[in-house]
Amino acid sequence: MILKGKAWKFGDDISTDHIAPGRYFHLRSNLPELAKHVLEDADAEFAGKVQKGDFVVGGNNFGLGSSREHAPTIIKVAGVSAVMAKSFARIFFRNSINVGLPALICDTDQIDPADELEVDLTGGKIQNKTKGTVIEFTPLPIVMVEILQDGGLAEHVRKHGDLDLSCDLPEE
Amino acid sequence: MGKTIAEKILGEHAGCEVRPGQIHIVTVDVALVQDGTGPLAVRQLQSLGLEKAAHPERTVLFLDHAAPSPRKELSNDHVTLRKFAAKTGAVLSEVGDGVCHQVINESYVNPGDVLIGADSHTCTGGALCAFSTGMGSTDVAIGIALGKTWMLIPPTIRVEVTGDLTPGVYSKDIILHLIGTIGADGATYKALEFGGPTVDGMEQSERFTLSNMAVEAGAKTGLIASDDVTREYLDSRGRAANFREIGPDPDAEYERVVDIDASTLAPTVSFPHTVDNTRTIDEAKGVKIDQVVIGTCTNGRLHDLMVAASILRGKHRHPGTRLIVIPASREVYLEAIRAGYIETFVEAGGLIVNPGCGPCVGVHEGVLADGEKCLSTQNRNFHGRMGNPKGEIYLGSPATAAATAIKGELADPREFLS
Repeated sequence: MILKGKAWKFGDDISTDHIAPGRYFHLRSNLPELAKHVLEDADAEFAGKVQKGDFVVGGNNFGLGSSREHAPTIIKVAGVSAVMAKSFARIFFRNSINVGLPALICDTDQIDPADELEVDLTGGKIQNKTKGTVIEFTPLPIVMVEILQDGGLAEHVRKHGDLDLSCDLPEE
Repeated sequence: MGKTIAEKILGEHAGCEVRPGQIHIVTVDVALVQDGTGPLAVRQLQSLGLEKAAHPERTVLFLDHAAPSPRKELSNDHVTLRKFAAKTGAVLSEVGDGVCHQVINESYVNPGDVLIGADSHTCTGGALCAFSTGMGSTDVAIGIALGKTWMLIPPTIRVEVTGDLTPGVYSKDIILHLIGTIGADGATYKALEFGGPTVDGMEQSERFTLSNMAVEAGAKTGLIASDDVTREYLDSRGRAANFREIGPDPDAEYERVVDIDASTLAPTVSFPHTVDNTRTIDEAKGVKIDQVVIGTCTNGRLHDLMVAASILRGKHRHPGTRLIVIPASREVYLEAIRAGYIETFVEAGGLIVNPGCGPCVGVHEGVLADGEKCLSTQNRNFHGRMGNPKGEIYLGSPATAAATAIKGELADPREFLS
């Protein structure tokens, strides 16, 4: 699967409070409204300018903080096709996959704001069209690939009627 | 090969031997959601036609983050959770009952359990030797309905604490120091395991503070071996029969061991806007503070209120500094009333907020003005956390908070020890 779009660059330690600020707590049951404030405290112009297919590109420890699944959800609702970072906080990483938003671990120093990117999700490569370079990303655990391919955890359970994942199952 | 606490508990719940790096399906003993994450979990289950709880008596829905509700949208979210409880038999923790991480441990969590919660500070239960971890709404929704979840078995970082804490220094200072040392991503996707003579000698309340902040180093949980302190706590909660002694094997394999000599620590403060931006009080003193908050799931227990009240007794808050106190649960509130702490706070010019999350989440009950600075006993000081990105949040112990309220600036609690 190939994703194409423009990079929106952010720094290290972008927290869930940057992404989905607590002052909009009352909008959590209204995701389209909440998405109008996505990443507002990191870049006030982002929500108004992001285009469908674009990428959010962070530094270290992207998504640290709260368990609020609304954070990756509204990034997706805003039209973003994938999030990239040098590292992700654990809950945000898991939530991203669960809501069907690819979260890719790669060297984001090789990406500048507004670079045009092309992501080969299955091939594990990001082409930086602006720079003419190729960046590899760390493959996701197989469990997460399965969830992502089903369109997220809820869709996975809808499809299989259970958690039907390739885990290290107990030996018989 | 020896096992860490995490490997023991997750192995029991996977039904097989587990090693770090493996992914297993594990059974879930206790699950929680709160009013900020629960409505989404309920909607997911409704859309899947799975509106049920595998263990309703151990599924708890908390109205604590926006409680009582300051807005009609949140009032409607509360109704969503009340209806789910009524339909499934899950337990509802009402407005005023307290913060999820306090109440769940007071009444539901036992050593050896797996607890998942749609709140990042679910890791607090590690202090009762339960594998407790935060997840998102959909993960917890599925865990509630099916009674299981998938887990990556984490490697463990052992935090070995030796030496006696000096007067005025508390477990909050240990955990702030640790996060300042290893960084806000120093334990990402790993389990922390706190131990050593200092932790062995620590009372349960102080242990909860350590485990509560494990996630601020990126950790999945923060485990402490169960012992006589755990047994006494469970006994005091009417759950003596649920005690199990669980600890790491002597030859357990750790990814890393971090040694802390508690006797060398000073009161510690996290500066804006990350928890790992720590300074000792000597480097922090003098910063003018507009609001002091004592409470939250990190430091809103009776012991915390006792420490703060002992400093504030007979004194008054600085005229330029507001003082907000939040007991973590209804039970803590009652005990603090009986012990006279609440009277002390009110006489000292403090304001008592109902049990719950208070202003920590930025919803209500103490949103900062532009440019204001707050010293709070909470666990997180991110940009915008307390409802205003133009506010600044500093983190410290209840003792540091009490001293700061009196002086109106970041202050050393050791100046107030009698």
